[in-house]
Amino acid sequence: MTDGNGLALSCPAPAGQADTVQLAHGGGGRAMARLLDTIIRPGFADAEIERRHDGAVLAVDRHIAFTTDSYVVRPLVFPGGDIGTLAVNGTVNDLAMCGARPLCLSVGFILEEGLPIDLLRRIVASMRTAATAAGVRLVTGDTKVVDHGKADGMFVNTAGIGSIVASAPIGPEMVRPGDAVVLSGDIGRHGIAVMAAREGFGFETAIESDCAPVAAPVLALLDVGIEVHCLRDLTRGGLASAAVEIAEASGLAIALDEAAIAVPDEVAAACELLGLDPLHVANEGRFIAFVRGEDADRTVAALRRYPVAAAAAKIGNVRAGPKGQVSCRGPFGAARAIDMLSGEQLPRIC
Amino acid sequence: LKYRDEYRDPDAARRLAAAIARTATRPWTLMEVCGGQTHAILRFGLDALLPPAVSLVHGPGCPVCVTPVEYIDKAIEIAREPQVIFCSFGDMLRVPGTRGDLLSAKSRGADVRIVYSPLDAVAVARAAPGRQVVFFAVGFETTAPANAMAAYRARRDGIANFSMLVSHVLVPPAMRALLEAPGNRIAGFLAAGHVCTVMGYEEYEPIAARYRVPIVVTGFEPIDILEGVYLCLRQLESGRAEVENQYARSVRRGGNEAAQQLIREVFRIVPRRWRSIGDIAESGFGLADAYREFDAETRFGAVRSGEEATSECLSGLVLRGEKKPSECPAFGTRCTPERPLGVTMVSSEGACAAYYRYRGAAGDGR
Repeated sequence: MTDGNGLALSCPAPAGQADTVQLAHGGGGRAMARLLDTIIRPGFADAEIERRHDGAVLAVDRHIAFTTDSYVVRPLVFPGGDIGTLAVNGTVNDLAMCGARPLCLSVGFILEEGLPIDLLRRIVASMRTAATAAGVRLVTGDTKVVDHGKADGMFVNTAGIGSIVASAPIGPEMVRPGDAVVLSGDIGRHGIAVMAAREGFGFETAIESDCAPVAAPVLALLDVGIEVHCLRDLTRGGLASAAVEIAEASGLAIALDEAAIAVPDEVAAACELLGLDPLHVANEGRFIAFVRGEDADRTVAALRRYPVAAAAAKIGNVRAGPKGQVSCRGPFGAARAIDMLSGEQLPRIC
Repeated sequence: LKYRDEYRDPDAARRLAAAIARTATRPWTLMEVCGGQTHAILRFGLDALLPPAVSLVHGPGCPVCVTPVEYIDKAIEIAREPQVIFCSFGDMLRVPGTRGDLLSAKSRGADVRIVYSPLDAVAVARAAPGRQVVFFAVGFETTAPANAMAAYRARRDGIANFSMLVSHVLVPPAMRALLEAPGNRIAGFLAAGHVCTVMGYEEYEPIAARYRVPIVVTGFEPIDILEGVYLCLRQLESGRAEVENQYARSVRRGGNEAAQQLIREVFRIVPRRWRSIGDIAESGFGLADAYREFDAETRFGAVRSGEEATSECLSGLVLRGEKKPSECPAFGTRCTPERPLGVTMVSSEGACAAYYRYRGAAGDGR
């Protein structure tokens, strides 16, 4: 890129090579081949991708989990991560929630004409870093380019497969009254970091996204033989949506204890200012686990051995009813109802 | 978190609850004026800490709720103009007009933007000189200084493409209207702390004296509200009716003089229609004559006063404190935040939304 300081940080450009994404980069011709050869394949550096075949060929010997997710975050780069780390960790975490060891991901890019090539290179690099950290391979992909104004810089889709490690099914139908709800860490970091980067509130916040892979602590629970009934990562909609989804799907009630739910001071302060409930704020490296009540302490101890889950804590338990309801006991003993947001999260007037 | 946790201390709450129980010897109905206080009461279950004799009813202090429907319609009409960038606080976007809301206008292509400060809207205008930038200036006295500052800056800096659609409302005239309503049962008020931070509380003294009601300027944290209730009951039980300041860490009797001066420069007092409540004389702010050219109504035509569609919605009774949200037959069944019948279920500060959010679809608060 040469804008800003006039200094070209990339290699001297051969004729026709631009510093932004052009429609031709998605056209199937030389420009596209060059983009794939210079940025994407070397960036992902996987033997399957280097084969330049139409798809990846993989050997799988047991039950697999298979998931997909698309990422449309704005801004593309935020404190603590970017759309690339999000796209890798999000799918890795969805696989982990199935009780699977994540193996391979596909990557689909939809690039907007005019996207700086250096930004694309940076995001490809952080996907590679995230994949290495999570122990997954990026084995196949696709790149399309759309007209300027038709996408927010770039959209990314990742799909992934993982091999099932859990010996018993994991899902809302396995949740039982008496189960403990264990949360893997503090909440709200991702949502506030992205909101602050996007909106420019004019107040300083040092908060970084919690975007991280959580497969390792999840697999550790299964390794030590804890009977995990259900797992759910907390993404958009926050802890509240995750809990309500499980309560509704299982037909049971979930009672949370507000005092046990860790909220970083910066998140709490931003929520106070904006009129948001931290329980509704997005996360990208947190999950809740439903385990037998008597396994709660062992679960917390097993999770806390991992930095990403160092603040794990039991935050509540499952009850027989009222069906589908989530409540949260506050500091004065009264319980309030917890529901999903009914629309977009909109900051209040005063 | 400093300045918050000390006002959410369970031991302090228990002590205040005990003091309230000792003080109240007969039934009293108190009104908290501000929607922010209503939310804190529901969020923390503060009403459950009060003795059965003390009943809290919820007041009209939800700016989104009382903005007249014709202003929402006008906002949507302006936002649809192709050259317009329409800027608003976030929670106005879901408020229904006669046909649709700003959010649906946005989804059909209108350039509607959420701002966190009216000065952001001025900055948008500065950056887009070829567009008309309109800010939806609503709220009580709390938001008036910042909104006034936006108009002031635009005029001072000659930002000709900026204007404001103004529907500001004032607390004291609404309190008078409630006290004069037949069948009024409000014995005392918790006045809105942030309104008084701006305006002070001198103007409440004649109300306390004339209508014989204690008025306690109250903050928004649980301990603030419980203390406000306690001070109010202490006055009632001893036959006093004065203005008292619970929220002294933020409020002075004279208020914020600089803010008031700015308000006087930019705004003038006008009659206002309150949604679901009706017309109240001298109950709002409009732009002063010197700022006429920054009035969106000068630029895009005056707001036409319309008739509110009738429905089974009881939001008028809720805003006047005559009904609790859970007493409405439609609550939680035919009226939910997903499919609201009225504004008090839409706004994040509305009493019905608070009941639904914190008590669930049954809304079974006392």
